[in-house]
Amino acid sequence: MAGAVWAIGEIVEGAPTRLTRELATLARQLGEAAALPVAAVLVGPDAAAAGALLAEHGPDVLAVEVDPGGRPTAAVIAERVAALVRERAPAFLLVGASNDGKDVAGILQGLLDWGVLVNGAGVRWSDRGPQVEMSVFGGRLVTQSTFAADRGIVIVRPSAVTAETAPAAGQVERVVVDPAIELAPVRVVDRVAEASAAVPIEEASVIVAGGRGVGGPEGFAVVRELADALGGVVGATRAVVDAGWIGYAHQIGQTGKSVKPQLYVAAGISGAIQHKVGMQTSGTIVAINRDPDAPIAEFADMMVVGDLFEILPRLTAAVRARRG
Amino acid sequence: MRIVVLLKAVPVVGNEKLVDGWRVDRSAGLEANGNDEYVLEAALKLVEAHGGEVVTLTMGPHPALEAIRKALAMGAARAVQIVDDALAGSDALATGRVLAAALAHLEYELVLAGADTSDGQGGVVGAAIATRLGLPYLSYAASIEPDPAAGIVRVRRISPTGYDVLEARLPALIAGTQLLGEPRYPSLRGIMQARSKEIATWTLRDLGIDPASVGPAASQTVVQEATPPPQRAGATVVREAPDVAVERIVAFLVSRRLI
Ligand SMILES: Cc1cc2nc3c(=O)[nH]c(=O)nc-3n(C[C@H](O)[C@H](O)[C@H](O)COP(=O)(O)OP(=O)(O)OC[C@H]3O[C@@H](n4cnc5c(N)ncnc54)[C@H](O)[C@@H]3O)c2cc1C
Repeated sequence: MAGAVWAIGEIVEGAPTRLTRELATLARQLGEAAALPVAAVLVGPDAAAAGALLAEHGPDVLAVEVDPGGRPTAAVIAERVAALVRERAPAFLLVGASNDGKDVAGILQGLLDWGVLVNGAGVRWSDRGPQVEMSVFGGRLVTQSTFAADRGIVIVRPSAVTAETAPAAGQVERVVVDPAIELAPVRVVDRVAEASAAVPIEEASVIVAGGRGVGGPEGFAVVRELADALGGVVGATRAVVDAGWIGYAHQIGQTGKSVKPQLYVAAGISGAIQHKVGMQTSGTIVAINRDPDAPIAEFADMMVVGDLFEILPRLTAAVRARRG
Repeated sequence: MRIVVLLKAVPVVGNEKLVDGWRVDRSAGLEANGNDEYVLEAALKLVEAHGGEVVTLTMGPHPALEAIRKALAMGAARAVQIVDDALAGSDALATGRVLAAALAHLEYELVLAGADTSDGQGGVVGAAIATRLGLPYLSYAASIEPDPAAGIVRVRRISPTGYDVLEARLPALIAGTQLLGEPRYPSLRGIMQARSKEIATWTLRDLGIDPASVGPAASQTVVQEATPPPQRAGATVVREAPDVAVERIVAFLVSRRLI
């Protein structure tokens, strides 16, 4: 399978994640453009079952079953992927830009000495192999990069492509690998579920974000209602995360998440540079702020000068009325 | 506990000066990477609780000194800076190799790194270093609890569905996040003391690394082109009373087919 493009997937609660389905779709698209074979790799206690779902997107799935015990650590995944890479010699690996995906990519870089292109917002096939589009310096520039050699690891952001099922599903092959190198073990003592953690904020097409202007944890009610009405999710600034009004999983910006929804509504957010770098590539930005001179006015498409507590509930009602 | 903190000096976010189209000027105006300051704070708290010392390790040119001096003023005991002209333009792969080689010359129970950097945004270097050194790698840490007597560390790691409690043997490499806590400001006394703290300078030769294996020529990634993103037209300002303002927002969203 020399020269193949592989999607390295992730299983959460028994199924491939949405990002993993996107990677499989992308692998198929690149494989078609480059006339190269493609495959997807899943590592987990339920890899074959999850693999059957992933194969709908086209690639054959290499399912590596590991001992039960929930989601494997990045080390367990990476050491098996590395062994498969040595055995079957693919050229390019697509890995998702999730926490686990980035860990797997970093460990693979340490094991394989391959280059990594990070933060891929789009991947096309070019005469130099995969060409990866990324937004750098907080959205000030968009770069197109390739690998120097005929191999590499691409970290792909959510929504770089839309997951599509293929006319013909791939096959699931159960593979047994013997990790040649065993990495230093990390033991999972406990896995704790937190409702607020599971916000697919990087995948959302609409985000309604609240800042210090919401005044307190209760103030997020009006933000949440508008997000629900628009079919979106709730985002936040670091100021309100630090204040404990909402969880860190919602934070957008330099030390939070980078997002690119079609619509970003910023309520009571000043638009500090550290927030801006995480959201300025959004499609349309609507800001609601009492202060007409807030920095966000400089990069919003619509700047509504007013009190968010007067605007948001009315806007929610108007959106609901239109949707019927 | 001996803790090494990987500290990168990055251009001030939003103030990056671009040269040759897309390269960022690193000759001035650098500050400590935000996530690195969070882990430095965590390291300082750990040595306050368990004894020991914090050493910072930086790969970066002369202008990185300001960020290093601040770390010393915050409480790090000493610093190591890897400086070599050949390093400019190195990619993540080379960076990981060089830092791993430098760590092999240091003694520690913990290595702490920021979950990612504001300029590179990759978040892969820590994992690659841990892998090269055979260290357990624990990432996206929201808390770090070592038990030096038992030779283990526990980390609360942010997961897709909440958090995981992870445990590994020391020495280990941990990549941390903002949830570790707000970094302290250097005190006046700290700033004074920092002046006499050691900043060791290491070159590639000291580390036994071939200069040809780093820098742009050895980079595994190539930027083919860089363009500014499409500019926004400038905001439509809405100042009407709430009812009218909302009508205007709705009309705007409809015109852009967003609702
Ligand atoms: C290393 C580092 C990393 C950082 N990382 C991040 C990050 O990832 N994400 C992030 O967001 N920030 C980050 N910050 C913090 C950032 O600098 C700002 O402090 C933060 O973004 C401000 O949040 P805010 O807009 O909610 O608050 P403020 O700046 O206080 O703005 C509140 C706004 O609300 C408006 N307002 C008040 N009441 C109302 C009302 N009733 N109706 C309408 N408007 C109202 C005010 O006019 C004001 O503009 C970071 C800072 C540092 C140093």
